[in-house]
Amino acid sequence: MHRDPPVLAGPGLTNVADAVTSAHRTEWARIVAGLIRWTGDWMLAEDAAQDAFAAALQSWARDGVPDRPGAWLTTTARHRAIDRLRTATSERSRLQRFSLDLETPRVDDAEDDRLRLIFTCCHPALPLDAQVALTLRTVAGLPVAEIGRAFLVSEATMAQRLVRARRKIEHAAIPYRTPPAESLVERLNGVLAVLYLAFNAGYGDVAFAEVADSAIAVTEALVDLMPLESEARGLLALMLIQGSRRASRFDANGELLTLEEQDRSLWNHADIERARLLISSARGRGPYVVQAAIAQCHANASSAGATDWTRIVVLYDELTALRPSPIVALNRAIAVGMRDGPEAGLRLIDEVAAELDGLHLVPAAQADMLFRAGRRDEAIVRYRQAIELAPTDPGRAQLTARLRSLEP
Amino acid sequence: MQYLLFVATDSGATATDREAAPSVDAWVEEGERRGIRKQGERLQPPSDATTVRVRDGKLLITDGPFTESKEWIAGFDIIDCADLDEAIDYASRHPQAYGGCIEIRPFWPDQD
Repeated sequence: MHRDPPVLAGPGLTNVADAVTSAHRTEWARIVAGLIRWTGDWMLAEDAAQDAFAAALQSWARDGVPDRPGAWLTTTARHRAIDRLRTATSERSRLQRFSLDLETPRVDDAEDDRLRLIFTCCHPALPLDAQVALTLRTVAGLPVAEIGRAFLVSEATMAQRLVRARRKIEHAAIPYRTPPAESLVERLNGVLAVLYLAFNAGYGDVAFAEVADSAIAVTEALVDLMPLESEARGLLALMLIQGSRRASRFDANGELLTLEEQDRSLWNHADIERARLLISSARGRGPYVVQAAIAQCHANASSAGATDWTRIVVLYDELTALRPSPIVALNRAIAVGMRDGPEAGLRLIDEVAAELDGLHLVPAAQADMLFRAGRRDEAIVRYRQAIELAPTDPGRAQLTARLRSLEP
Repeated sequence: MQYLLFVATDSGATATDREAAPSVDAWVEEGERRGIRKQGERLQPPSDATTVRVRDGKLLITDGPFTESKEWIAGFDIIDCADLDEAIDYASRHPQAYGGCIEIRPFWPDQD
């Protein structure tokens, strides 16, 4: 995660920078969440938290890292919030300051505060892109510029999107709370979808690794806070397994590699093991748990040839029963092709092709199956179609490389 | 927090959706019992609307609604709720949420 504090010269200062970075990872959400509950002001909370981390760099370098960095940061952030209100001139701020001075915040609600924060950032009354941005900014503490880069917009545009979201929370009185039991499952699904979107925005390009890491960090917090929710576990496992391939996804020239082409010794096996524990400890089997189990099958195979396609087909059947979609049907068709032979795969791909018209994944899958069936000329035609339809440069480059390897 | 509910039409609703709509009397009764609903009226159709503008100091009167649209506002309610979740919950039981849609708009705050 980002936390690049300014580098200070001198002995021992690296440790201070490390301590601040580490505290940022573990304490940011808690501090911001507590300040929001206390002040009701999202911008003030973020600014005051930011102030506290900046102050820590100076103060800890001078006086040493405190025994309880989290408590130090919480207290400092609270003082900064009061300072900021004191210098603010609006009527509302003065009223707010008056009520704050009288009420001492309760510290024991810290865990609930983080949950409140996550659920409020992912409230369905906010636009989806704002939910993702707000979660990355407010819960994970990622800098606005960084979030903007991952979503291909300028820092100013992203800042504006965040301002509008915070404003709507205030103006429309979106409540700052964990949803009640009757809507919890639905709202949690919304949160998980937002986190997976954030993860994928960061995962698509190595330059945005911090966005993916932030999504993982928030999901980890969610698993801690809601240990009985199997789908949160499933999503975290899925992210960890996908993230475990980070070092092997691109070749020396920066070209995207398929699972089959990747050097499996570069996979992060500690993350794969963490994912295994998460999957085995999940009490229920929802779509994320099953998707994680599929990813796990790939992660467990010592080589592409050793992949247990029989099990993967069974898992895709389970996923189809839980959440049918044309994409799931396509992936199942590919798995069947790998289990029973390419002709079987091609027949099933044909069945779903109409529903996925215009999607590059269909001709890409057909090309691969045709190649495996020894029908090279037809494979070349399909690769050309896929290249034309591919939406991203790395994807196009990957398909082009495959095409070149087939062309005489 | 006060909200205005625009009770609007929506061509996306099916006959089955419309049949599932609860009665408006129950909705009004609940809103009054809980002290949520302050006021509300049905409106005549947009063909009865008149729109007024002043441009260059001159009064312009046009027939019809302020914007041409396939959908229109069929009524309104003013409600007072603790927060948006309560407003969403109450609005979701309005019969027109089934046959059309309800837009929830917070009032501009008194002070800021």
